[in-house]
Amino acid sequence: MDIISFVKRVPTTTTIVSIKDQQLDPQGVEYVMNPYDEFAVEEALKLRDEAGSGSVLAVSLSDGAAQKELRTALAMGADEALLLNNAEAGNIDCMTTARALADSIQGRNFDLLLFGKQAVDRDQHGVGPAVATILGVPCITEVVKLTVEGDKVIAEREVEGARETLEASLPCAITCQKGLNEPRRASLKGIMAAKKKPLETREVELAGPSMEIVEMALPPKRPAGRMVGEGAAAVPALIDALRGEAKVL
Amino acid sequence: MSDPATPRAKAGFHELDFYGVQDLLTEEEIMVRDQARAFCGERILPLVPAHWEAGTFPNEIVPELGEMGLLGPSIPEEYGGSGLGSVAYGLICQELERVDSGVRSFASVQGSLVMYPIHAFGSEEQRQQWLPKLATGEVIGCFGLTEPDFGSNPGGMRTRCRRDGDDWVLNGQKMWITNGTGCGVALVWARDEQGHVHGFLIEGDRPGFSAPEQKRKWSLRCSVTSELVLVDVRVPESNRLPNAKGLKAALSCLTQARYGIAWGAVGAAQACFDEVRRYCLQREIFDKPLGAFQLTQAKLADMASEITKGQLLVWRLGRLKEEGKMTPQQVSMAKRNNVAMALDIARQCRSLLGANGITLEFQSGRHMCNLETVLTYEGTHEIHTLVIGEAVTGLAAYR
Ligand SMILES: Cc1cc2nc3c(=O)[nH]c(=O)nc-3n(C[C@H](O)[C@H](O)[C@H](O)COP(=O)(O)OP(=O)(O)OC[C@H]3O[C@@H](n4cnc5c(N)ncnc54)[C@H](O)[C@@H]3O)c2cc1C
Repeated sequence: MDIISFVKRVPTTTTIVSIKDQQLDPQGVEYVMNPYDEFAVEEALKLRDEAGSGSVLAVSLSDGAAQKELRTALAMGADEALLLNNAEAGNIDCMTTARALADSIQGRNFDLLLFGKQAVDRDQHGVGPAVATILGVPCITEVVKLTVEGDKVIAEREVEGARETLEASLPCAITCQKGLNEPRRASLKGIMAAKKKPLETREVELAGPSMEIVEMALPPKRPAGRMVGEGAAAVPALIDALRGEAKVL
Repeated sequence: MSDPATPRAKAGFHELDFYGVQDLLTEEEIMVRDQARAFCGERILPLVPAHWEAGTFPNEIVPELGEMGLLGPSIPEEYGGSGLGSVAYGLICQELERVDSGVRSFASVQGSLVMYPIHAFGSEEQRQQWLPKLATGEVIGCFGLTEPDFGSNPGGMRTRCRRDGDDWVLNGQKMWITNGTGCGVALVWARDEQGHVHGFLIEGDRPGFSAPEQKRKWSLRCSVTSELVLVDVRVPESNRLPNAKGLKAALSCLTQARYGIAWGAVGAAQACFDEVRRYCLQREIFDKPLGAFQLTQAKLADMASEITKGQLLVWRLGRLKEEGKMTPQQVSMAKRNNVAMALDIARQCRSLLGANGITLEFQSGRHMCNLETVLTYEGTHEIHTLVIGEAVTGLAAYR
C-alpha cells in the first residue's frame, strides 16, 4: 500500500488573529499541522501497517517553513517527506495549490492520496478534490470510515441525517473528516528517529493565480450579553427573547 | 478560523513569547515541546483538578508518560530513554508544570533523581535492571535524602548503613519523599560508620522498608509525599551505587532536578498568565474590561516582563548545560529567580480572578499553593540566595 498524505502548516486555532496588508499578521503566530491532516497521516500509517508493506510519503507546499510539520509526520511514522517551496505559497487559491501538489507526484506510483477535508486557515475544502481531478482519479470527501479491500476502497461519509457508503477503485483520493480515527502523538523516540528519515526539499513554480484576495476583515465584535432577569422569575422573559428575538424556539 | 477539528488543537493554551524565544529553539526542540504540550494539555490537565482536590496522583497517566518518552528522556536510547538534549528536556518540564507542579515533580524525581543517578553512578547491571522499567513507568522510583531534622543541611543525616559480610544493613527515617508510597525502588542515602555517605537502591518490597504517606497537605496535592522508614533493611552490596562518592553525588542529582524546576516554573507562570490575561479581557467591572484599568495593566506588564526574563534565563542555562559549561551556582540562580517569579505571578493572578480565583475551576490558585512547595524543595529560596552570595563574594554564610 503506497500512500501519499498531504500536510499543510496552519496557525493554531488559538491564534489571536490580526490582519496586516490583507493577510494574517504572522507576528507571534504559532503554527501546527492542520488538524484534519493529522487524520490523513494517521489513516495512512494505519493502512500501511495493516497492509504490512508499502510506504507513506508526506507532502507539503509552503513558503519555506513547513519542514517542522513534515518532520512531525515523519515522527508519527511516515517513511519519507517532500517539501515544496515557493515564497508565494502562503497566499494562493486552492487550484494553484492543487496544481503544484499534483505536479510534484507526477510519475510516482500510489494507491491512495489522503487529504484533510479542509485546512483550518483558509477553509476552502478544495485541494483534495482538485488534485484528484487533475490526476484523473476518483475522490471521496469527508470520510469518517475507510476500508481497503483488494483493489477498491469502501468509504463512509456523514450526510444530513444519514450515513452514505461509497466504493471506488484504487488508486483514488480521500479527504478525511473528524471521527475517522484518533491521530497518534509523536513520541520522543519518534521525533529522534525522524531526524534520520529522508526529507527532500524542492523549489516549485506556481501557475498564475486564478483569484485574488481583495479584502480580509475581522468579524464584527460580538454584542454583549443581556440579562433578562434572575432565577426562575426570569424564565418567561428568557423564553420570549428566545422566541421573539433569537427565533430559536 | 473554523472550529478546531481535533481535541489536540483545542488544548487552548496561548504561550507568551514576547521576545521571540522560540526562534532560539531548534526544530526538534519545538516538536518535542509541541508534542509534550498537546499531551499535557489534552490528556493530563483535565484530570488534575479532581486529583488535586482528592489529594491523589493520577497514576492512570504513568504508562502514557512512559510511552511518550517523558520519563528520563535524556537517558541514552539503549537504556530506554531518548538521548534528548538539555533544552528539549527543559521544555518538557515546562509543559508538565504548566499543568501542575505535582505532575512535573513526579517526572523530575523519576528522571533526574532516580534514573540520572542510576545512569551516572550505577553499575552496568543496575542500569540494565532498572532504567528500562523506569523509562516505561512500570517501576516508580523515589529519592530519599531529607530527614525530619535535616532539610537544608542534609550533611547532618542520621540514617545509617552498616556493612555486614556481603550485605549492608540500613536504619533510619526519611521525610517529605515524593513518590515514596508504592514505589518500586527507593534511592536512599545513608552514612556509614566512617562517616561516608552512600546511595542504595532499595526495592519497595524489601523487608524492613515501609513508606507511609504524608497527608493533609495544602500544596502539591497532586503528588504523593511520604515518610520512608528503614528498620534493619538488609541489602546486598550489589544494591549500592558503586560510583556515588559521598554527599556530592546526591547533591549532583539535585542540580539536575533543579535545572528542570527552573524551566517548570516558567510553565506554571505561563499557565497563570494565560488564564488571567483572557479573564481580564472578558470580565467587565465598572462598565469596562478589567484589563482596561491601569492598575491591571501594570500587573500584566510586570508579569509579562518577568516571564520573558525567566524564559531567557533558562534558555541560556540550557545551552550552557549542553556545552558542558553549566555550574551549580548558575542553576541556583535560575531556580531561585524563576520559582519566586512564578509564585509571585500565581498570587497576583489569583487576586485578579477575584472570588473565582479561590476555586479549582481556575488554575492560578492551585499553582499558587503548589509553588509554595517548589519554593522550599530542591534547596529553599534562602539557601540558593546563600549559594549566589557565596559565588559573588567568596564568603560562605550558611552557618
Ligand atoms: C512536597 C514536598 C516534596 C519533597 N520531596 C522530596 C524528595 O523527593 N526527596 C527529598 O529528599 N526531599 C524532598 N523534600 C524535602 C525538601 O527538599 C526540604 O523540605 C527542603 O530541603 C527544606 O528542608 P526543611 O523542610 O527541613 O526546612 P529547613 O531546612 O528546616 O528550613 C526552614 C527555613 O529555614 C531557612 N534556612 C535554612 N538554613 C538557613 C540558613 N543557613 N540561613 C538562613 N535561612 C536558612 C530555610 O530557607 C527555610 O526558610 C520535599 C518537600 C516537600 C514539601
